[in-house]
Amino acid sequence: MFTEIFVHLGEGLLEAFQPLNMMMIFFGCLAGLFVGALPGLGSVNGVAILLPITFLVPPTSAIIFLAALYYGAMYGGAISSITLGIPGASTAVATVFDGRPMAQKGLADQALMAAAIASFLGGTVSIVLFTLFAPPLAKFALAFGPPEEFSLMILAFATFVGLGGDDIPKTIFSILIGLLLATIGLDIISGRPRLIFFDIPGFLHGINFLVLAIGIYGIGEMLWTLETTQGRVQIENVKITWKRFVTNLGQIKEYIGGATLGSFLGFFVGTLPAAGATPASLMSYGLTKTFSKDPESFGKGKPAGVAAPEAANNSASTGSMLPMITLGIPGSPTTAVLLGGMIIWGLRPGPLLFAEHPDFVWGLVGSMYIANFVTVVLNLALIPVFVKVLATPFTVLAPIIFTLCVVGGFAPTQDMHDVWLMLIFGVFGYLLRKLDYPVAPAVLAIVLGPLAESSLRQTLIAGQGSPAVFLERPIALTCFFFALLLVLYPVYQAFTRKSKKAEAAGA
Amino acid sequence: MKNSLKKIVTGVSALALATTAAVSAAQAWEPKKPVELIIMAGKGGGADQMARLWQGIIQQHNLSPRPFIPVNKPGGSGGEALQYLKSKAGDNHVVMVTLNSYYTTPIMQPELAVDISTFTPIARMALDTFLLWVRPDQGIKTLDEYVEKVKAAGKDWKVGGTGSGQEDSILTAMMMAEFGYEVTYIPFPGGGTVAKNLIGGHIDSTVNNPSEQGEFYRAGQSMPLVQFNDERSPAYPDTPTAKELGHDIVYYMQRSINGPADMDPEAADWYRDLFKKVFDSEEWQKFCSEDGINCDTWLDTAALTEFHKNGLARHKALIEQVGAKAITGE
Repeated sequence: MFTEIFVHLGEGLLEAFQPLNMMMIFFGCLAGLFVGALPGLGSVNGVAILLPITFLVPPTSAIIFLAALYYGAMYGGAISSITLGIPGASTAVATVFDGRPMAQKGLADQALMAAAIASFLGGTVSIVLFTLFAPPLAKFALAFGPPEEFSLMILAFATFVGLGGDDIPKTIFSILIGLLLATIGLDIISGRPRLIFFDIPGFLHGINFLVLAIGIYGIGEMLWTLETTQGRVQIENVKITWKRFVTNLGQIKEYIGGATLGSFLGFFVGTLPAAGATPASLMSYGLTKTFSKDPESFGKGKPAGVAAPEAANNSASTGSMLPMITLGIPGSPTTAVLLGGMIIWGLRPGPLLFAEHPDFVWGLVGSMYIANFVTVVLNLALIPVFVKVLATPFTVLAPIIFTLCVVGGFAPTQDMHDVWLMLIFGVFGYLLRKLDYPVAPAVLAIVLGPLAESSLRQTLIAGQGSPAVFLERPIALTCFFFALLLVLYPVYQAFTRKSKKAEAAGA
Repeated sequence: MKNSLKKIVTGVSALALATTAAVSAAQAWEPKKPVELIIMAGKGGGADQMARLWQGIIQQHNLSPRPFIPVNKPGGSGGEALQYLKSKAGDNHVVMVTLNSYYTTPIMQPELAVDISTFTPIARMALDTFLLWVRPDQGIKTLDEYVEKVKAAGKDWKVGGTGSGQEDSILTAMMMAEFGYEVTYIPFPGGGTVAKNLIGGHIDSTVNNPSEQGEFYRAGQSMPLVQFNDERSPAYPDTPTAKELGHDIVYYMQRSINGPADMDPEAADWYRDLFKKVFDSEEWQKFCSEDGINCDTWLDTAALTEFHKNGLARHKALIEQVGAKAITGE
């Protein structure tokens, strides 16, 4: 079986090395970097805008271009998250948590490098897994029905424990705010409007996750930085030397663990229809923090906190190609647009695509190997340019950030209503921060809330109101079990630490 | 003071109108910015696939000076999309791809206060078909076997479909009324997800459109038992129609393009001509024949207005007949 795969892969790589396809990869990655770095543009819009261009070239080259763009955007999202504190895309929200504090400490180059290397690792792991196990994994994705999806969401919520910090009541408060915001809009099951405040039609489409994330992180962060720096230059003397580059490279051992975990987790979550890269990156961050030796240092500028989500979002982006190709179901909004492209080119995604169009599928796989390599080189080379941003006085930077946030808030739904909401969330996020509330759990809750709600209700409808269905599903039970362990782990940790302290004191 | 202001405003708008008229007389209307192509359903479903194909055809043949940007608004069985179109009255740069939820959602959700007769019909692109799908491993070969099996299972039989009150749930309710059985109906966000859940064994049957199940059927993972057309579709020559089997269930899905209320007639004409070209394109006709979608007759604005009127009346009657509760499962 594997020899066959390698023959195909070899052909695919040859296909990807065609001059036209190489060009497509290079420009796709470059375009993706910028698309990803611009808040609100994101890979979805980038792919959608550039889709027409691809009609000029053969389908395989076209999908290679779009996949490279998608790939580049996953890397690019980290750039604005780290340098400006605005998540460039929803997938890069978790990168802000530690990326921004690192930049403020003058370690932006380290953070960018950790992001690039982790992304490379995530990309590599996922492509290898994709190459070797695509068909069996597609079968596994099919086994995921509503009960399994719900259990996965519970598992994701359990990683909150890692995200929340020490103050449990404040974490729960933050989760509940996020869940409440997630219920606004039209109910998926009955189609009825819920929590439409003052009958404002803008609430009908719900609260877009990016509106909350850009508001809290972009605007909130801008207000916070204005207060702390009083408009001065944040970082003086950003000098990138070869020596510093090599030292930074030596840091890898600090975050390789989190990045590896993120790579596998990201791929797995990405292959499941309906999940995608955003929950994957948040889960990866939470898990890495929970199992870290010093979870307290997360959120204050730890390279592992940048590497874990970045590895996961790249890995998940490859993973989400799998349900798209084999089931015709996009695992993420971007793959949905790619799917549209495939239909236009006369390629029907489905279980037969692998067998009937091997040149297409393997050309795509081959290009992913090369795109991954091209993006990491581009990224490392451009770090000095990105870091320059931080040498700009904040009085100049703040209006730019503000404009980018407004554009980013407007772009996903093209509704001014969301821009106002984003500004409100910004002020609200700033206040929460002053009061020392963790905001990350709210962000995760608004992503996972709708997914958890619909899958739970589908399960209960199927079981005619009885939750006993969950007990009959081995995958769901396994997820619940791990979720329970995750919740109990910090308790256990605290307990052992205390007893050690007591022992030390006793001795 | 107020009056003089009013006069000025009237004067200015009259002037503006005159200028617009002069411009439009000089050259026909054309979009001046990207056109939003609203899809009242989720990604990966039938409507979504078609909208993206149309977008591609428009780009590829250079039919529009500005691109069409597909935007999915699947919330609330299309309620979100309908609300959006309602809020866009007079906007010449928004058109919507509609399904039968165009009729059913305003009936089922009166609080939306949407009256589709105020919208601007542009063109009907196709009549999509419905088939009843099961998995081969269930050992069901005919409709009679299916009915027998569902009756035995009762509420344990799980039918998947798109949102409550949408076409899948109506067809399911029609079948319940015809065959006298009861099932549990589970709503999913889009036809693609429904198809996947049947293949994965999480639900027992679906009434998917061909474009959603076709690839799984070709791979031998699902099979149609009956089709709900007037006549057998050329793409499924071996599947009997419900009519042939003595059951009067005929149900189609309309796929049409509609603009918001008060769209300029010149703009509506431009879109109508554009979608005629898309309809006649080789790509679209090929997609239709492969999927067994009925794309024989194209309806223009006038015919579509009449068609919508009948569609709305028929769905009102259907919903009354089977009962709104049977559709939403409440």
